[in-house]
Amino acid sequence: MEYIDMHAHMVSRTTDDYYQMALTGCVAVSEPAFWAGWDRSSADGFADYFRQLTEFEPNRARQYGIRHYTWMCLNPKEADNREMARAVLARIPKFLKHPNVVGIGEIGLNRNTRNELETFKDHVELAVEHEQLILIHTPHLEDKYKGTRLTVETLQSYERVKPHRVLIDHAEEHTIKMILGGGFWTGITLYPNTKVSAQRAADMIETHGAERVCVASACDWGPSVPVAVPQFALEMRRRGHSEALIRRVIFENPAEFLAQSGKFELAPKQSKTLETAATVN
Amino acid sequence: MFPKFATCPLTEQKLLDEYFIENRTRLLEIAAFLDRLDRAQEQSSSPDFRTSAFLQALEVLSSSVENRTEQIQMLFSDPTTEPLELLNQKSARGAYQPV
Repeated sequence: MEYIDMHAHMVSRTTDDYYQMALTGCVAVSEPAFWAGWDRSSADGFADYFRQLTEFEPNRARQYGIRHYTWMCLNPKEADNREMARAVLARIPKFLKHPNVVGIGEIGLNRNTRNELETFKDHVELAVEHEQLILIHTPHLEDKYKGTRLTVETLQSYERVKPHRVLIDHAEEHTIKMILGGGFWTGITLYPNTKVSAQRAADMIETHGAERVCVASACDWGPSVPVAVPQFALEMRRRGHSEALIRRVIFENPAEFLAQSGKFELAPKQSKTLETAATVN
Repeated sequence: MFPKFATCPLTEQKLLDEYFIENRTRLLEIAAFLDRLDRAQEQSSSPDFRTSAFLQALEVLSSSVENRTEQIQMLFSDPTTEPLELLNQKSARGAYQPV
């Protein structure tokens, strides 16, 4: 079954991971800008990373028939540094023109500090100014509920922010209601230990429905599984859910959200080629 | 009796047949973790904030309330509403530590 991994930090993964993802049906990935695991020392360091996301990574993905889309930002882990944030934000607009850049993200809060909140607002204003989609990280563990609430309240204070153009990610059982209730899209990330298992993700779909819900691996440089999305599909099948429902969550929903960028191409070229070959034969 | 929210396609019997053993294993992992804490060196006189939250969560786990997962999530969550004035650490620790 074809799927789109809505949140995957592929710069941290090996080419073998692209291979495994392609073998399991991945046709596109969306890669938010992220923390490297250590703080970068200059805004130029971020600019190099943005070049990697817009120039190098799409070519690596293409070798495996996977379309690569990306998001620009200074991530929440480094957002408390206001001086760095201002310098990085000034470098972002020129990257927004790249054909694989679908919006601003993953922005948001890490420990819910005042500085992080100000940097988040700067990013939201940048997205509104440039009519970009927004992808939002919500904090981990004990900080998630408070951070999600602050995020939703902040977004709702902007008249120009359209909830259907915002995906608030890393939802869990105690935050999904407030996100969907605000009219936003949401993501459930399948990440060992600190986020949600495939079984809990299936529980959340059963409890809250599939409308405006995506599921992603959030694979990065930490313990994570690049083929977590097909593992989720397997869990849904194990419970007897329909193929149509599974496809909606892992393909149609992310495609519908990303299509709002005007840059996302839904049908992978190799499928068209196969269809043409089948017709000829 | 038909349950109030039958959103899982499997019957109770089928769920138990499919998932009992793996969840039995998870339960034993928790029991072993608590036993390990009892055997730990240099134990403090008052429980760590994470241990306290963990034990409260186990009470929810063994109760018959609805939405156990959501309730346990809230037990571990920071209940305050104002942003932190200053960044005190980069990473979360899994449970809220009252100041």
